[in-house]
Amino acid sequence: MPTLFDKVWDAHVVTEVPGGNQVLYIDRHLIHEVTSPQAFNGLRQRGIRLARPDRIVATADHNVPTKEQHKPIAEPLSRKQVEMLTTNCAEFGVELYGLGHPYQGIVHVIGPELGITRPGITMVCGDSHTSTHGAFGAIAFGIGTSQVEQVMATQCVLMSKPKKMRINVEGELQPGVTAKDLILYVIAQLGTGGGTGHFVEYAGSAVCALSMEGRMTVCNMSIEMGARGGLIAPDQTTFDYIEGREFAPRGADWEAAVAHWRTLPTDVDAVFDTEYTYRAEDIPPMITYGTNPGMGMGVTDLIPMASDLHGEASMHKAMNYMDLHIGQQMEGMPIDYVFIGSCTNSRIEDLRLAGALVQGKQIAPGITGIVVPGSQQVAKQAIAEGLDKVFETAGFEFRGAGCSACLGMNEDKVPAGRYCVSTSNRNFEGRQGPGARTILASPLTAAAAAIAGRIVDVRNEYAVLA
Amino acid sequence: MHPFRTLTTTAVPLPIEDVDTDQIIPARFLKATTREGFGENLFRDWRYDKLNHPKDFVLNNPVYAGDILMAGANFGCGSSREHAAWAIQDFGFRAVVSSYFADIFRGNALNNGLLPVTITPEALDEAFRTIEQNPAARFTVNLLEQTFTNEDTGTVTGFPIDEYKKTCLINGYDDIDFLLSQAQQIEAFEAGRVDHSI
Ligand code: SF4
Repeated sequence: MPTLFDKVWDAHVVTEVPGGNQVLYIDRHLIHEVTSPQAFNGLRQRGIRLARPDRIVATADHNVPTKEQHKPIAEPLSRKQVEMLTTNCAEFGVELYGLGHPYQGIVHVIGPELGITRPGITMVCGDSHTSTHGAFGAIAFGIGTSQVEQVMATQCVLMSKPKKMRINVEGELQPGVTAKDLILYVIAQLGTGGGTGHFVEYAGSAVCALSMEGRMTVCNMSIEMGARGGLIAPDQTTFDYIEGREFAPRGADWEAAVAHWRTLPTDVDAVFDTEYTYRAEDIPPMITYGTNPGMGMGVTDLIPMASDLHGEASMHKAMNYMDLHIGQQMEGMPIDYVFIGSCTNSRIEDLRLAGALVQGKQIAPGITGIVVPGSQQVAKQAIAEGLDKVFETAGFEFRGAGCSACLGMNEDKVPAGRYCVSTSNRNFEGRQGPGARTILASPLTAAAAAIAGRIVDVRNEYAVLA
Repeated sequence: MHPFRTLTTTAVPLPIEDVDTDQIIPARFLKATTREGFGENLFRDWRYDKLNHPKDFVLNNPVYAGDILMAGANFGCGSSREHAAWAIQDFGFRAVVSSYFADIFRGNALNNGLLPVTITPEALDEAFRTIEQNPAARFTVNLLEQTFTNEDTGTVTGFPIDEYKKTCLINGYDDIDFLLSQAQQIEAFEAGRVDHSI
């Protein structure tokens, strides 16, 4: 009996290749400036055009500044890469939501908010966090530039079907514990390689209870446990989110689409290659202590010893880089930066959550706090709700849309040696700038850290709020 | 893509797990718009300090050389940047040996003729010990036979690779050539389905 993943995958197989590979048809292809130039060059060298330009959407996100976005990009290489995207899209006839466009933003934020991401589709992007879109019950995964070129040329990729894993989270999350904590908890249990070779379906009452924003946060980080992607069965929450969005189907098309989407959830007797079940009540607010997202723990825990998941050499290297030690308590530890943004946690709900916590408070002296909405549309909505003022009054900077301090590619970087509590998805060495020390957390924990100037258990703050 | 058949060489050891692509090639070097020249910045922040002085890192140690990069489990996790495979290849490596690879990295490597060789954790441990005792130890990767041989100890280990990819590597073919040859089937697929995706 088929799973959600089987149903979507099998409906997109064009042909089988002897030896186990399949030609998989791709419905939607998202591109950005970093991983597309070499692919466009490849097409030029072969003298071929795009197979289906109507199935591609482009945006600029990784290299864009988040201050004074109306001015030309100061850094010459970043500017060149963004300009090249513009030229390539014009030459090949691709719809581009570039800098200055009202739809511009992080590629994984704009797909869903425009109604491009839908249940039952296959979607790729030259970006590992394409897994985000699986929140809608789509098969969405990151690909390399050679495959970007393949999809441009043929609308297909050649792949063997991944294995299937289901992760059930049952019960109710504690107050102050969010989707981000849920996924950091799961990754801490399974490690950064725990999902390798698999597509993960998230299920269980705690997952079903999440909003679309929360589901996107969960699926976004599937790649951090090594899974090809993650997905969640579409339900009324999904349909309500999509209905009425810019490119969503309308009228009879909408009715037909929803009828189809209702057939997608995993059959009751379906079998997975691997299955795990966790209790939502066991999940605390999470932080990371090391240099990969699997090195996470409850905010009140002590940094654990080396284990099967993180060997001696890796732990030693991580502790050295972070200037922390095994057995150390991080709750109460002073920090320097707070970054609220990235494709994991930069949607309107994330900003509302963090905004509610900082409202009427001030960030601690010496702390730099930046809030970066994931897209122009999120920024617009936040401003309409007065959230920009809430953050600015509290002492945060409220910026323009982009990837920002999630990766040290644009102007927004964390200086060497500084601790940054970040709502992004990767705490790798140098991810936020050379020498930067990243502590991953939820928007609530990050906002609370900014106010306190140190790492705190947001459950205490939250009790007061509620 | 250059064809790959067999390779006998010394190896550079990197016995750390979960080496992510941000270490292999940091984001700030992803601004180039061609595929060439990334080798210069391979493991940039592990190789050089802020002032560009060489650090104590295996790639700076003249004792170690060779066409194989031997790495701990889960090599290439993180970002999908193909630049990581390009950088390793541009630096001069032809194969990476580990006990397992992150999926996207493995695919990217294969698409560029950089061979990811998956061996058992035991064989990998033995190889690391061999290099530690004798940096001049040689290893053979034989794609035709799908074997990895520790020439010092004589241990021979098989490694998996799918038949289609093997043929591509041996002949230097790209997936794109194959996919372009499927144009008719793709068209038939598009014509024959109910599409709610666009
Ligand atoms: S926000 Fe970060 S993780 Fe997301 S697409 Fe941008 S750089 Fe990648």
